Amino acid sequence: MMKNIKWKHYVNYIIVGIATIIFTILSLTSSLSSSSLYALEKIAIAIILTVSLSLVVGFLGELSLGHAGFMCIGAYLGGKAAVLLEPVFGNTIMTLLIALIIGALIAALFGFVIGLPALRLKGDYLAIVTLAFGEITRSLFMNSDPELFGGTLGLETPRFDRNYLFIIAFIILFICLIIIQNIIRSKHGRAITAIRDNEIAARSIGINVTKYKLMVFIIAAFFAGMAGVLYSFSNYTIQSSTFDYNYSIEILVMVVLGGMGNITGSILSATFLTILDIRLQTILTGDMAVLQDVFRSLILIVFIIYNNAERLRPFREKYNLKSVWQRITMKKKDPNKDQDDEHKWDRVPTKIKMDEILTLNVNSQEKEDKDD
Amino acid sequence: MFFETLINGLSSGGTYAMIALGYTMVYGIAKMLNFAHGDIIMVSAYVLFVMISLTGQPLIALIISIIFSMILGVVIEKLAYKPLRGSSPLAVLISAIGMSYLLQSLVQMIFGTAPKMVVIGDLGSITMFGVRIPVYILLTLVCTFLIMVLLSIYIKYSKVGRAMIAVSDNRDAAMLMGIDVNKIIALTFAIGSALAAVAGFFMMIKSPSLTNTLGAMPGIKAFTAAVIGGIGSIPGAMVGGILLGVIEAFSFRMPMIAPYTDAIEFLILIIILLVKPSGLLGKMKREKV
Amino acid sequence: MTDTVLDIKDLSISFGGLKAIEHFDLEIKKGQLYGLVGPNGAGKTTVFNIITGVYKATSGHFYLDGEDLTNKSQEYICHKGIARTFQNIRLFNNMTVIRNVLVGLHSQKEYAYSLFDSILRLPRFKREEKEMRDKAKELLAMVDLLDVRNDISSNLPYGKQRKLEIARALATEPKLLCLDEPAAGMNPQETKELMDIIFKIRDLGITILLIEHDMKFVSGLCDEVTVLDFGHILASGKTKEVLNDPEVVRAYIGG
Repeated sequence: MMKNIKWKHYVNYIIVGIATIIFTILSLTSSLSSSSLYALEKIAIAIILTVSLSLVVGFLGELSLGHAGFMCIGAYLGGKAAVLLEPVFGNTIMTLLIALIIGALIAALFGFVIGLPALRLKGDYLAIVTLAFGEITRSLFMNSDPELFGGTLGLETPRFDRNYLFIIAFIILFICLIIIQNIIRSKHGRAITAIRDNEIAARSIGINVTKYKLMVFIIAAFFAGMAGVLYSFSNYTIQSSTFDYNYSIEILVMVVLGGMGNITGSILSATFLTILDIRLQTILTGDMAVLQDVFRSLILIVFIIYNNAERLRPFREKYNLKSVWQRITMKKKDPNKDQDDEHKWDRVPTKIKMDEILTLNVNSQEKEDKDD
Repeated sequence: MFFETLINGLSSGGTYAMIALGYTMVYGIAKMLNFAHGDIIMVSAYVLFVMISLTGQPLIALIISIIFSMILGVVIEKLAYKPLRGSSPLAVLISAIGMSYLLQSLVQMIFGTAPKMVVIGDLGSITMFGVRIPVYILLTLVCTFLIMVLLSIYIKYSKVGRAMIAVSDNRDAAMLMGIDVNKIIALTFAIGSALAAVAGFFMMIKSPSLTNTLGAMPGIKAFTAAVIGGIGSIPGAMVGGILLGVIEAFSFRMPMIAPYTDAIEFLILIIILLVKPSGLLGKMKREKV
Repeated sequence: MTDTVLDIKDLSISFGGLKAIEHFDLEIKKGQLYGLVGPNGAGKTTVFNIITGVYKATSGHFYLDGEDLTNKSQEYICHKGIARTFQNIRLFNNMTVIRNVLVGLHSQKEYAYSLFDSILRLPRFKREEKEMRDKAKELLAMVDLLDVRNDISSNLPYGKQRKLEIARALATEPKLLCLDEPAAGMNPQETKELMDIIFKIRDLGITILLIEHDMKFVSGLCDEVTVLDFGHILASGKTKEVLNDPEVVRAYIGG
């Protein structure tokens, strides 16, 4: 029975692991074109971004619209580090690894900085602050000294052997999954979801809300930074205009399509949307390219409404994948079995009540009527 | 030079204020950040463009664009926000972002990426205190101010306005008192969108080039203005809008910091939110335990 | 003095100009079941909010086992041993019943495995996770919720939600458990079950302070009560005597 409970936890590792092995073999036998290799890198980057954003949106329950900003920091600083390291280590894996770590750490530092307002702000306000952060970051790099970061022309990064880059991207993805999933399935993950569900109650049972909010922002920024470094290697040059607000929204679409707080869903949706993006790029040219944006925005609206609308709740409960599956297999729930509930959070939790939108610090002493 | 910059600032400030009024009304009454508000401006400007090319009459075009954007605002509310009433604000926010994205891409699909020229005509300029001031700037300012005053009076003294305040205060209680909450929220969206259309008109006079991202940045900046002034406060939106416009104009004038103008405005937003989140003229609500 | 668990001395709080609580004193001995009663708006929940760190007192102090906890953070106070439930239930609605209790166990010292332990799934993580689950089941058994432990907490009936909140508060291993109107909205059967649970908790050596409107409930449970009215202590002492006090009767009935 233990096996029965656990396999679900490993399904993500299995998916990514098998994909890594298959494509590595294909790559070693040189049966992959460079465009498929590029596609694989893009998929890995998209999944890392989606899973890390999911930690903020799905598990902590805060909306970050600046995820591309962290990626931008990682891309520029990691890319710059690689440029500086190339004369020392040559175009080797050493250069790549150090660049990855530098990019991720600096992005994480900014994650900490942007996590600070998150301690005071919630909901819409925090979303706007993260959006502002993303735009500020982009504008700083755009107007930076051309000697340093290439200014509007962008920064060129060393060219790493395409046959191996995607393997490194997949390994990083694997590590990212291990870290994020293992945090979620621990008391720390429970604390994070507790803050999302009811911050006041979470405080009342001794959860250090400050620590966990910062932690989530730092981890998410760390991986977004890493994805940024990978991106800079994958694309050879980086331009600040890439990492705009729309990029953040694209990541959000992947999170929403996969289901809030559903890691497997995030992996699948990021893969699906990235492949679709690459396919459609060749089919939809010129003004038709915008069809993809129409499609993405419809995903966002339709899925959010489907998963959250109160009126659709009976329908949802009757026809969700799980209950349909149970009906097909005639399987009854075993009441003695301990179930994990990590997969039950497709619905955005109603954490933030209307009045709480404008709520800041519960501790501050402001006017308040007596409240018995 | 100083005056010129100031006038310039007042002009974009007036537009921001007008957009911020719509933001603040929707935020105050429907309790949601209507991310698509900026894009309603853009759509209304496209309607303006089409109508001007068809009729050649700016005023008729303006009226049609106002009506169109009112309908658009209400339809958006019904389709994307109303089904989510009662669920988490995060869901509503994501839906609004989706709506903004949808409007932008639909318009691009219909009109393409090439900028459109909307020629409304030169309104001339007058000289005041030795400074030449274009008439449209005065018109923007006067209109914004008038609308602000009228809106304040309407909300404070009319029956519907008081119902709006009730819905804003406590939606459930308002419903129990027999107020049709759906109608009030729809009306709020209609008014907000009408203001967006007017703002779009003034933006087109100022610079006639029109693309599908016209509303995105001014939308976010107007939200910044609404926050600076105190979200939910109608005079606050006016003060915040004008202030932001003036800051922007002076920042543009200084070559050292001009490229960072947007960054500076956002930085002001972050600082205001952290230091005095209730804004200059707003009130703060607090959570009950 | 050693058997005093909670000692509140001359506590006051005001919001703006409004004095919600003035010169409030309270002493609760170990193992006591203490009642805090009073009409609506008397400031009972405000007292809870102060001693759990949600509000900061304007003046005065309170001590738990002799340690001054005035103006300490909510986390710190919780670690030191004051746990609470809420008048309007605040469960983690999207979580299962057992997970609610597991979250409650979060800050206990025995289960202090680090982030590192959890990322690498070290033996300590596995051991402590298992212990946490066992402990959570034990707590759920105590409040008769073991059979519904895999249900989503918001789907539970009202009475069971209240019980779950108590179990979650107990999971923090408090010395003092503050119950805010635990019987509100319960039917007589549920109220009786709740009383049994409260006695069981008391028998574990946990001191209980409870706010309640239902006089029958209070006189059936509490040894001593304090009556609050408009932020002032109206009467305090043995339950029977206080509840028969003419002043208290007047405050309640509004004579």
